[in-house]
Amino acid sequence: MGTPLLTLSGLTKAYPGVVANDDVSFDIQPGEVHALLGENGAGKSTLVKMIYGLVSPDSGRMALNGAPYTPASPNAARAAGVAMVFQHFSLFDALTVAENVALGMDNPPSTGELASKIRSVSDAYGLPLDPHRTVGDLSAGERQRVEIIRCLLQDPKLLIMDEPTSVLTPQEVEILFRTLRKLSAEGTAILYISHKLEEIRALCDNATILRLGKKVATCIPAQKTAAELAEMMVGSSLTPPKRVSQVSEEVALHVSGLNLAPAQAFGTSLRDITLTLHKGEVLGIGGVAGNGQDELLAALSGERLCAPSQIMLDGRPVGNLGPAQRRKMGLLAAPEERLGHAAVPDMSLTENALMTGVTRQGLAKGGWINWAATKGFAERVIHQFDVRTPGPHVAARALSGGNLQKFVIGREVLQAPHVLVVNQPTWGVDASAAAAIRQALLDLAAKGAAIICISQDLDELMEISDRFAALNEGRLTHARPAAGLTIEEIGLMMGGAHGMEAAHV
Amino acid sequence: MFKIEKRPTPSAKWNWGAPIVAVVLTMIFGGALFAVLNVNPFLAIEKIFYEPLFGEYSFYYRPQLLVKAGPLILIAIGLSLGFRAGIWNIGAEGQYIIGALCAAGLALAVYPMELPILFPLMVIAGAIGGALWGLIPAFLKTRFGTNEILVSLMLVYVAEQLLASMALGLMKNPEGMGFPGSRNLQQYPSANNAELIAGTGMHWGVVAALISVIFAYVVLSRHMFGFHLRMSGLAPRAAKFAGVNPTRMVLICMGISGALAGMAGMFEISGPAGQVSIDFNVGYGFTAIIVAFLGRLNPVGILLAGLLMALTYIGGEITQSQMGLPLAAIQVFQGMLLFFLLAMDLLTNYRIRPAAKEAV
Repeated sequence: MGTPLLTLSGLTKAYPGVVANDDVSFDIQPGEVHALLGENGAGKSTLVKMIYGLVSPDSGRMALNGAPYTPASPNAARAAGVAMVFQHFSLFDALTVAENVALGMDNPPSTGELASKIRSVSDAYGLPLDPHRTVGDLSAGERQRVEIIRCLLQDPKLLIMDEPTSVLTPQEVEILFRTLRKLSAEGTAILYISHKLEEIRALCDNATILRLGKKVATCIPAQKTAAELAEMMVGSSLTPPKRVSQVSEEVALHVSGLNLAPAQAFGTSLRDITLTLHKGEVLGIGGVAGNGQDELLAALSGERLCAPSQIMLDGRPVGNLGPAQRRKMGLLAAPEERLGHAAVPDMSLTENALMTGVTRQGLAKGGWINWAATKGFAERVIHQFDVRTPGPHVAARALSGGNLQKFVIGREVLQAPHVLVVNQPTWGVDASAAAAIRQALLDLAAKGAAIICISQDLDELMEISDRFAALNEGRLTHARPAAGLTIEEIGLMMGGAHGMEAAHV
Repeated sequence: MFKIEKRPTPSAKWNWGAPIVAVVLTMIFGGALFAVLNVNPFLAIEKIFYEPLFGEYSFYYRPQLLVKAGPLILIAIGLSLGFRAGIWNIGAEGQYIIGALCAAGLALAVYPMELPILFPLMVIAGAIGGALWGLIPAFLKTRFGTNEILVSLMLVYVAEQLLASMALGLMKNPEGMGFPGSRNLQQYPSANNAELIAGTGMHWGVVAALISVIFAYVVLSRHMFGFHLRMSGLAPRAAKFAGVNPTRMVLICMGISGALAGMAGMFEISGPAGQVSIDFNVGYGFTAIIVAFLGRLNPVGILLAGLLMALTYIGGEITQSQMGLPLAAIQVFQGMLLFFLLAMDLLTNYRIRPAAKEAV
C-alpha cells in the first residue's frame, strides 16, 4: 500500500468525567471503505468530529496524504477534501433541494446551473433526486440523498457517513451501498460509522472497533461472523432474549379505520390504520422514521383523540379518552423522545415516577400526593430495572440515555399494563441495556400483556415480535407472522425504495 | 475565555444565592447611578433599605410596608402559578383595576345601605371581575392561538381607560362638587377595608396575601394540580402525555391570577386608596412580575420578595422627598433588581468555567 489517505496517531480527547477517545490510531487508504464500529458511547462520534474539525484533540496527530492535518473548523476540513453526512440532517423543510444545497456552499452558482449539477451527480451515482422539490415533502431516504449529493459536489477524498442506514428501508440501503461502492472504486475513501454488523460485513474492507474510547481491535469484517464482531464491540458475549410466545385468542386492542391529520406542518397523517392485537402478543411495527410513528403513538396513548369506537381496549371504546383515563383502563405507552416527552428533564425521578404512575399505583388520594409511596415506586423501578443513579432524588436529565430509558420502560412495565405501546424502546441505548429492555417486554408479554413495539431497528423487531407490520406514509400494512419473513419482504412492506421507480441503475 | 456549561442538576445553593447576589449587585450599580446624579450613594441606599424600618419616622413607614407588600404578594402569587406553567400573564395591572371597579361598583350601587355581607360580596365581585378580565386573553389564546403576553398587556390600557371613564362619569361622587373620583369607601363602614390592628398597616388584603402564600405552597408541593402545573411549564409535551389538558391549564391559570389581582384591587380600593380615581393604579400589577421572579416563583420567596420590593417603594419615596432623586431613578433601581436576578439565574442551571485551551 502507498501513502495512507488519512493517518490517525494517538488521538485523545477527554471531556469532564469521561475520556471519549484514548490513544486511537489507524490508517485509511484511498478508496478504502473503513468501518468504525462500537456501541453508543464508545467514542465514534467524538473521533469523527475531530476528523471533521468540529472538535480539536487534546493530544495526538492526524495526517492527510502524509501532510499534517489540523482542521480548525468543518470549513477547513471540507477544503482539505473531507466531507461528512450526519445522522441528523441539517436541511430546511420549506426550501427546495437546490436551495438547501446552495446554502451549504461558499459561492453558490445560479440555481439553474446548480440544478443541472445536482442532476448530473445524482445520475452518475444512481441517487435520483429532483432539485426543485421541497425538502419537507421528501422521505428520509431522499433527504439523505440531498446530504450525500451536497457532499459529492465538493468532490471529497474522504466521505464520513454517520449511521447512514438508520433511516432507510432495506432496498434503499442497497442503493446507498451501490453508490458507496462506486465512489470507492473511483478512489474516494469512506469512513462508515455503524453498529449494524451485517451491513459492515457486506460493505466494508476494514473495521476499527472502539470500546469505551479505546481501539480494541481491527479486522476484515467479511472474515468474521456478526457474533464475533458483536463480542469485540461489547467485550462480552450477549445472551439473546428468551421468549416463550403464548399468544391468546382474546383481543386486547382493536384499532379500526383510524385517520388523523398531522398536528403540525410537514407532519404525517395517519391513514386508515387498522390493527388487532391479542393478549400475550408482541406486534412489531417497522418503518422508516417520519412515516407516522410519533403520530401512531400519540393516537394510542391518548395525546390525540379520535372517535370512541376507533380504538377498542378490552372491548371498550377508548378513542375519545385522554391519556390518564386510558392509563386507568390499562393502556400504557412509552414515547420515543425521553427528555421532554416520556420524562420531564428538570424533575426528579420520583416526580417522573408520579407522572404516569399516579393512577395505577394509587399515589394520590383526592389529588393529594403521597410522596412517600411515590418515592417507593420510583425506587422499585430503579431497583428492578437496574437504573444506575445515586437515587430517586436525581433529576431525569442527569441520567445517561440508556439509564433513563430503562427507567421510562420500567415505570410502565411495573404498572402491569394490559396493553403497552413503546416507540423506539432501545434507541441510543447500549447493548446490555437494550437486551434488558427487550427481555422485560418479552416477560411482560409472557404474563399475558399485549405489546406494540414501534421501532426502526429491524433486528430488534425480528427478535421480539410475533407479528410484524410496517408504517409507510401514515398507512399500516397488514400484520404478518414475523417468523419466516425475509428482509426483502420486510423492505417491500416498508415501502420499498422511495422515489426509485426511475432509477434501476 | 469562559465557557458556560449546563449543570447536571440545578444548584440548590445558587437557587437561593442568586437573589442575594442580585440585591447586592443592585446596591452597587444603583449606588453608582445615584452618585452620577450627585446624590451620596451610601446615604441613598441607607434611606431606601434602613430608614423605613429603623429610622426616625419608622412608626409611620412600617405600616406602609404591609400596605404596599400586601397587593404585591397577592398578585405575584397568582402570576407565579401561571409563570410556572409557562403562561405569561403580563396584564395583572388591568385585572387589578377591573377587580377594583367591580367591587367599588357594587358598593356604590347599594350605598348607603349598611350590610354586613357587603364586604365579602365585594371580595367575590373583585375576584370575578379580575378573573373575567384575565380570561379574555386566555380564551383568545386557546381559541385562536393569540399571544397572551400581548393581549393581556394591551388589556391593561383598556382597563385604564375604563377606570378614567368611571372616575369621571358613572361612578363620580354626586356630592363631590364636580371633582373627579367616586365617593370615598373609607367613609362607608360596610364597604371599608379598615386596618385590623391600628398602626400596623394590617388589613384584609394582607391576610388574603398570607393565605394565598400558604395555599400556593401547599398546592404546588402536595397536590396533583400543582404537579401538573409545574410539569406544563417544564415540559409541555410530557405534561400532555401525562394527561394534562393544556387548554384547561391556560384557562385555570389565567383565571386564578386574574382573580387574585382583582382581589388585590378590591382590597386597595376599599382600603388604602378609598375611591375610584384616575390615578388609582400605581403599577402594583407590573411590579408584581418582578416580585414573582425575585421570589423564584416560590410562594415563600414571593413573600420575602414582596416585602423587599415594598421597602424599595417606600425608601424610594423617602429619597425622592428628602434627597431629590427623580422617580425614574428609583424605577431604574427596581428594574436593576430584576435584571441582575435574571442574570444570576443563569448560575442555577449553568456554571461558568475557564475554557480549556484548544490544542493546535
